[in-house]
Formats: sequence, structure tokens, C-alpha cells
Amino acid sequence: MPQSEPSPGTDQHEQEPLIRFDGVVKRFGANTVLDHLDFTVAPGERVTLIGPSGSGKTTILRLLMTLEQVTNGVIWVGGEPLSHMHRGGRLVRANEQHQRRVRRQIGMVFQQFNLFPNMTVRQNITEGPVHSLGVPRVEADRRAAELLEMVDLADKIDAHPTQLSGGQQQRVAIARALAMSPRILLLDEVTSALDPELVTGVLDVLRTVAETTDITMLLVTHEMQFARDVSHRVLMFDQGRIVEEGPPEQIFGDPRQERTRAFLHAVLD
Amino acid sequence: MTWDWYFTGQIIPDLLRGLVVTVQATLLGYVLALVLGLAVALARRVPVVGTAVFAVMEFIRCTPLLVQLVFVFYLAPSYVSAFTVGVAVLGVHYAAYTAEVYRSGIEGVPPGQWEACRALSLPAHRTWGAVVLPQAVRKVIPALGNYLIAMFKDTPLLFAITVGELMYQASRIGGVHFRYLEAMTLVGLFFLLVSVPSAIIIRQLERRYAAV
Amino acid sequence: MDFFIDRLPLYLSGAGTTLVITLLGAALAFVLAMVVGLLGTLRNLAARAVATCYTETFRGVAALVLMYWMAFAIPQLTPYEIDPVFAAVLALGLNVGAYGAEVVRAAVNAVPPTQIEATVALNMSWWRRTWAVVLPQAWAQMLPTFGNLVIELMKATAIVSLIGVADLTRIAQEQRAATGETIAAFTGALVVYFVIAQLLIVGMRLLERRANRRLGRLPASDSGLWSLLRPPPVTALGGGRR
Repeated sequence: MPQSEPSPGTDQHEQEPLIRFDGVVKRFGANTVLDHLDFTVAPGERVTLIGPSGSGKTTILRLLMTLEQVTNGVIWVGGEPLSHMHRGGRLVRANEQHQRRVRRQIGMVFQQFNLFPNMTVRQNITEGPVHSLGVPRVEADRRAAELLEMVDLADKIDAHPTQLSGGQQQRVAIARALAMSPRILLLDEVTSALDPELVTGVLDVLRTVAETTDITMLLVTHEMQFARDVSHRVLMFDQGRIVEEGPPEQIFGDPRQERTRAFLHAVLD
Repeated sequence: MTWDWYFTGQIIPDLLRGLVVTVQATLLGYVLALVLGLAVALARRVPVVGTAVFAVMEFIRCTPLLVQLVFVFYLAPSYVSAFTVGVAVLGVHYAAYTAEVYRSGIEGVPPGQWEACRALSLPAHRTWGAVVLPQAVRKVIPALGNYLIAMFKDTPLLFAITVGELMYQASRIGGVHFRYLEAMTLVGLFFLLVSVPSAIIIRQLERRYAAV
Repeated sequence: MDFFIDRLPLYLSGAGTTLVITLLGAALAFVLAMVVGLLGTLRNLAARAVATCYTETFRGVAALVLMYWMAFAIPQLTPYEIDPVFAAVLALGLNVGAYGAEVVRAAVNAVPPTQIEATVALNMSWWRRTWAVVLPQAWAQMLPTFGNLVIELMKATAIVSLIGVADLTRIAQEQRAATGETIAAFTGALVVYFVIAQLLIVGMRLLERRANRRLGRLPASDSGLWSLLRPPPVTALGGGRR
């Protein structure tokens, strides 16, 4: 069970959700990946998405990060539409400017780390704050040092990404995302590309983040133990629909749906 | 001075005559480049001769075609026509490029193919003729096609050694009538009319052969 | 050999003109290649159309034809006389710039989409993304072909001898006309061209190495000046002309 409760002191159900998917449909050509998806995430909540490949979990993260656009439906973030914008009393598809403003509160860590190879670790981490948020360089440098301290890589601040192991690169990537002070952190299979012995290091960092901050986290992961430790809620996806949702104890311990049972059986054994 | 359409009509026959020579020079030069280039690519693989051939080709690739044309033109005996000199120099110059293209194609053939030929004890001419070259050449056809277009665009240089192609005609017209505008513009347009569709065709070829 | 040494100042001044036209033409070509190349990567259809028109037109027309058109046709269209060197630099810059634009476009589009995604996650603007992430990575890919294009440009400068500019080729022509010594006159010029080409190749190789080092890619069979003298690779996808 996670250490921190979502938005301590307030009832999760009464509060305005931080993320809301409203009848979201996503099609790639003839392939429907998300089928009239409705779900919400409360502020400070930690939600894990599980399910087989192609079930749409990663697409949800990519839609939130505006790496893809919805085919139908609306995505709301912090009470404002992300996929759309208000124009003359109606909702129309958002333009780049609007999306850039709204997605400022969302950060993402990728499966392949995606650090910039032409910049040092320091430059990677300070790039966003200095140029996208307008944070003064001195302040950004200080924050970078702080974050690297937290991910246990303080001495690598002027190293080049190619000099770091996969696990180290991913920890830098997490620091880079956190430097933007996001309200929402998206984690897309962040340990899947790592050698097994490097996975623990990264997961420990994420555990620290979960314990010491109240960032809302949306994770797609195969690390079931980690999901159990950190999440408030687990959603099981299949073919673009939510098959089952509930607290980790229920989903992992006593799944109600046959599909969930079958998936967990295949993955955990 | 403004555009004179009547004059334009008058010079077109001369320009077309030049275009015919251009096309002839291009095709003949290209065939020579293809054949000679292959010979050079193969010769490069022979120990001592290969290095000498490489040095000569490097020199040719690093020096201007125009200078090579003029140089050979002045050296050639008078019974050799300017056209022949032009085609020969074009062919040799571009053979330096096609040889490199062949080389990269040959090196792109997977080593496994060579090993299979060895395992089957195939004689050299079968290894090359039936296995390696067909694969190597197929892969580089688009690049070879590009050099055809490039050669076509280099033929104007031949006018400097008095070959009667397009540019020569335009220059002659300009010199005689003191009007360069129409002739030069038409030459430019002729080139575009040939180059642009050819480039599109080559891109199609690239796409088709890349899919292999 | 004496022939050449006696006339060294002449040949050198010709070589100097050749170099000046090469460098100015290369500078113009570079600017055009960057601007038009980037235009060709935008989502905006009009921008891409403009880029395509420029590229197809100036690749399709031979440099010589363009140069002649500028030197002879423009003075007949407009009241202006165009200085032959200016016409040469302009024609070569436009022509080679068109090839360069294709190289830029392809290199920018070859930067892994995942890098772009990371810039979206960091909320970077197009300008910042292009300047700080895309171009530094695309640069290393552009350089080898840019190297080939500079050599091609240098060779193309020989054409200016036909519109009266006293470059290396023209000097050689004049010397031949004056003395009748074809071989001596031209061999000298050819050797100088070859030397200039080699210098340009080495220069480009150094730039390539620096660019790769910035990306943390150390050269495979590393270092030493000798490795710089290896000829630029002609790839199966167009080599010398592209």
C-alpha cells in the first residue's frame, strides 16, 4: 500500500479530478486503439495501467503528452481542456499554442530515456526549466544538482549521456522530467529497456519520488511488485477498454474478471 | 529589351538540333561510364594495379571536368572529332564516380553470399556473373540513374570544345544576333523539362528497389 | 616544371580567384541549404511547396546554363550589368544550395522521432527544439555530403573561365595559348586543383570528427592525421553529385 494518500485531508471523490478522459476514441487507420474511454485521476493519485500490448495503455500516456491527438472525445487536465479549447462558447480542436500552455504541467519519462546526445547531463536537465519555463540559469543549476542528488548521480552532472549506463540515463531522464516541476508525471514502461540488475535502481528512485512528493503519477509498467507498492489504483486494459479497476490488493490479490486473471497469470508466472 | 516570340520561334529548330547532339553525347558517354566504371571497380580489387587505378581515378574525381575536356581536346590529333573527345572524357570522368558506386554495391553484398559460392566451389566467373554482380548492381541502380542525369547536365561543358550541342547553339545564336535572352532561357527550360521528370522517375526507382 | 615555376605568381592568382569564388559560393549555398532545407521539414504545405520548387528548379538546371543566363540574359532583360564573379557566385550558390537543401531536409528528418518527443515533453518551442536538439544531431549526418558538395562546387568554378573571369582554368588556357605548351600549362592547373581538393577534404573531415565527438560518438578506427586523408565515401545513394 502506498505511503502517501492522494491529496491528504480531502475526499478523493468530491474533489475536481486532475485528469479526465471523456468518451475518448483513438483510431490509427482502421485500428481502434481506444474505444469511448471514460476515466478520471484525482490530484496526487498514483494510477498504474496494466494490460497486454496493443491494449491502449501507452496511447493514453501519449495522448496526455500530446504526442498523439484524439480521434474523438475530450481530454481535460486541471479543469481545462487539453485536446480542445474554448472558442466562442464551444469546444474546438486545440491549436499548438493552447496545447503547449496546458501541457506545461505534464512531464514524461520514456522507455528509451531519450536524453539529448549533444548535451551534458546538466544541460539536459536545465534545458526545460531555462528555455521553456524561463527559470534563471543559476536557479535551474541549483535545482539540477538537487535532483541529481536525489537520484544518486550528483557526481555525473557534467558527464555525457553516452558515458552512462542505461539505468543511470533513465535516472537522469527522471531528474529532467522532475526539473519541470510537473503536476502530472507520465511513466511509460521506464524499466522495460534496462538490464535486469539496473531496474532496481530506477524503481527505488521512483519510490522516493512517490514518497516525498505529491505528484500525480500515471504509470504503464510490467513491474507488478512496484505497482503494488506505489499505486492507489490499478486499471486493467484490454482492446481499448477498461476491463477492471480497483486498489492493488484487489486487482493483484483477488481479480474479479477472467481477463484480468488470465493476464496476471501469464505475466507473473 | 523584351522577349521576342517571333525570334524564339525562329531559333527553336537550331536549338533542337543542339538538343539531339546533347542527347547523343549523354547516352554514349553514359554507356562508356557504366562499362568502364565496372572495369575499374573490378580492377581496384587486384593488388598493385588496383592502387594505381585508384590514384588515377581519385585525381580525375578531384579535378574539374572542364579542364580535363580542354586538356584532352588540345592534345588529341585532328582526325579525332570534338564530339568523340567530349564523349570519351565524359565517360572516363563519370567512370570514376560509377566505379565508386559499383564498389559500394559490391561491398554491400552480404559475406554469406561469397561463402556460399565457395562452399559450392563455383568458378570465379560464375561467382561474379551469376551471384555477386546481379545483387550488387540491382542495389545501386538508383544511384547510377542519378549519374545519368548529372551527366546530362554536364554536357553544356562540351560547347567549350566546339561540340555542337544545346549550349553551343545558344551561344552561337547570341553571338550572331546579339540576343541571348530567348536562347538562354529556352536552354534552361529544356534542361528543366528533362531533369525534373527524370528526377521523379529516379525517385520512383529508388523507392521500388529500396523495398527489396 | 620550370614552366610552372616561372609562372607561379600567375597560377597562384588564378588559384586565389578560384578559392574566393569557391568559398563565397559555398557560403551562399550553405545559407540557402539551411533555410530551404528547414522549410522543407515544416508541416505547412506552402512552405514545403516553396522548398520543393526551389530545389527542383536549381537542381534541374546546369550550373553553366544558369551562369550564362545570369551573365548574358539578365543584362538584356534589365538595365544592369552583372559582374561575372557575382554571377558565378550567385549561380553556384543557388545550384549547390539546392542539392544542399535536400541533404539538410533528409538529415533533419532522420533525427529519431523519440528525440522530438522528448522535446515535446519538455515543452520546447520549434525554434529552441531545432536549434538545441535537432540541428546538432542532424549536423553530423549532413557533413559528409556537404564535404562532397564543396568539392563539386570547387570543380564547378572552372566554368567561370568561360565568362571571362581570370581563374585558374583561364590562366592555364592563356598560358597554353601564349606558349603552345598544352601539357605543361594544364598539368600545373590540374595539380593545383587536386591539392585544393585535398585540403578541402581534410578540412571537412576535421569538422566531421568534431561534430561526432560532440555527440559522444568516438571515431571507430580512431585518430591520427593519416585517417583524414582517406577519400570521402561515395555512398550508393548518390555520392559525389548529391
